[in-house]
Amino acid sequence: MDFYTKSAWVIPLIPLAAFLALTALGRNYRKAGVIIGTFAALASFAMSVLVLVERFGQDAVDYNYSFDWIRISGYTLEIGFEVTNLTALMLIVVTFVALLVNVYSAGYMKNDERITVFYGYISLFTFSMLGLVLSDNMLSLYIFWELVGVCSFLLVGFWYTKPAAKAAAKKAFIVTRIGDAALLIGILLLFWYMPDHALGFTMIESVFEGQGGIIATGITTVIALLIFLGAVGKSGQFPLHVWLPDAMEGPTPISALIHAATMVAAGVYLLARTFPIFEASLFASDVVAYVGGFTALFAATIALAQNDLKRVLAYSTISQLGYMFMAIGLGSWTGGIFHLFTHAFFKALLFLAAGSVIHAVHTQNIQEMGGLHARMRITTATFAVGALALAGIPPLAGFWSKDAIMAVALEQNLFLFAVGLAAALCTALYMTRVFVLVFLGKPKTGSEGGLESPTVRAGGAGGAKESPRTMTLPLVVLALAAIAAGFVETPWNGWLGGWLSGEEAVAHVSPAAIIGSIAVAAAGIYLGWRFYGSDRTRPAVVKEAAPWLARLLERKYYVDEAYEFVFVRGLRALGTLLGAFDTYIIGGLVKLAGSAAGISGKMALRLQNGSIGTYSLAAVIGMVVLAAAIIGRRLLS
Amino acid sequence: MLPSYLTLAAILFCIGLYGALAKRNAIIVLLSLELMLNAVNLNLIAFSKYGVVPSLTGQIFSVFTITVAAAEAAVAVAVLIALFRARGTVDVEHMNAMRR
Repeated sequence: MDFYTKSAWVIPLIPLAAFLALTALGRNYRKAGVIIGTFAALASFAMSVLVLVERFGQDAVDYNYSFDWIRISGYTLEIGFEVTNLTALMLIVVTFVALLVNVYSAGYMKNDERITVFYGYISLFTFSMLGLVLSDNMLSLYIFWELVGVCSFLLVGFWYTKPAAKAAAKKAFIVTRIGDAALLIGILLLFWYMPDHALGFTMIESVFEGQGGIIATGITTVIALLIFLGAVGKSGQFPLHVWLPDAMEGPTPISALIHAATMVAAGVYLLARTFPIFEASLFASDVVAYVGGFTALFAATIALAQNDLKRVLAYSTISQLGYMFMAIGLGSWTGGIFHLFTHAFFKALLFLAAGSVIHAVHTQNIQEMGGLHARMRITTATFAVGALALAGIPPLAGFWSKDAIMAVALEQNLFLFAVGLAAALCTALYMTRVFVLVFLGKPKTGSEGGLESPTVRAGGAGGAKESPRTMTLPLVVLALAAIAAGFVETPWNGWLGGWLSGEEAVAHVSPAAIIGSIAVAAAGIYLGWRFYGSDRTRPAVVKEAAPWLARLLERKYYVDEAYEFVFVRGLRALGTLLGAFDTYIIGGLVKLAGSAAGISGKMALRLQNGSIGTYSLAAVIGMVVLAAAIIGRRLLS
Repeated sequence: MLPSYLTLAAILFCIGLYGALAKRNAIIVLLSLELMLNAVNLNLIAFSKYGVVPSLTGQIFSVFTITVAAAEAAVAVAVLIALFRARGTVDVEHMNAMRR
């Protein structure tokens, strides 16, 4: 009955095998990457579906298998995997998106020299992400957490000949490292304070849900905040969000897989896994909710003024992740996971559609695009579905999950509800802006669009063609998912939440939240249409009325500049100072010792002039000194 | 009596030492060496006669020293002649081949 659940450990190993095989093959077998990578993802996906089907059974219990990994005098470190409803859902999300991205990349990366390496990296990432999902304790989760970070680094910097990609990869790695360090400290604290040093999620749950005061509230808060900081780094929340937009320098399928659907959602997943810790600390929950809410609005406003298609989507991802954190902070982790689930589909869809556009027009600047709807019908239609789902138009997936969060916010915290609504308005507005600028209107050719580079002029928006079938097929599949995925939980039927948490499904219809969401989304789209669709002079009017505002948004609130000024410059100055200390003080001492030996050697060399007279004179002087010393001692005593 | 012998020996030794260190001619240096050796001989004999424990040992020692000094002088002069034939000089300033 639970055969597939018990063998769930195979799921991450298939992509790992694919990675090893591709690495062994080398880059000459260009077809091998596509075939091996895609089939490994397909096999993993099939296994995940079978596991999920088993989880639907009436008698499905959480399955946990672990074995002793390290034994240190009386303490045993265990490692293993755990299958719960939550992990089963995450398995589906990861393998599904990974499979489609594999298929898509066959078209997108077709002419890339290192396509085999690319597929190897994707397989390695899939392995790491699945391992992260299946981990049954904090330590192995942390290992996989770092592995996905490495894969993200490798893939962001995949086109390492581009300086921007190199810089972005480094930035992504270093910024998330700050969060990772915090997470590690949190895990160490957990290890220290947990009874028996247990790190398993089941133990964490029972300890923190017991409310028995096993771990003091202050420590609980510290641990929760440290874990949250780890999630902030990985999921690109304020103030560690700066790496995610830059990470868009990587290939677009990667942005869809890692930086929209799976890895950045790992933070949300981590918080859902360790939710009892946050439940035990009211303060930490509040921090999560407010940081999430703030980020949702903050990133959405930045997205309004960006001109790079992928960056708009990146800020949108940050904003949507903010929603998820807000939901978790407000006590509804199922709401956060639900949004993660739907967001994975429609955001991956948007990224892949954006990739299709970029593939066709060879530019990422939305001001240079336009009129693509006539040439790229499938891309246009699927992008529209994704955009509407993101904006929160019923009955698409994004509406239901966002509504679930808004309903919780309305119940718990009116301020955050208002913030959420404002962010939703911005979301609808910037998606309309992007859609109008990219797909509607007239194609801008080289002369009037202000295009500079010759490659753009040669391709241009005018000569765009629909992408090959390997690229449009995933778009269609994801569009279907983005339409349908929301129905697993509606205000009238709380099935997903009940299934995830194991509690009775509660359906609570909240008309105010529904009406508010729809009204705001509709208003956003209407505003966007008035601004960018019907009369194109309006944006300029706003820019003139409040140039500082447009500037502020375009420059992303100067967060990068502030970091550059405070941290990068500060650390660099400190580095210069320490370097000077090393060169002049430490190095000076060393040089002094060396030159002292050298000088004394030169002086000794003078004595050795080969003339017997000098030698014997020296011997006589030595003799006299010796005699004087002996006689002097006699006289003194 | 002893102090006057010792003073004479010390004066002879100092003259020899000065000659050995300061003179450039190798023959003079050799002569100065002989002078120092003889100063030592004088000391030995003086101690054997007027010392705290007078004995014959000092006189035998000085006979040995004279023998060794004769041998040394023979060898040294032979070396100096060979050197003069090879390099055309007996100046000790030029005898610095050990440096290289």
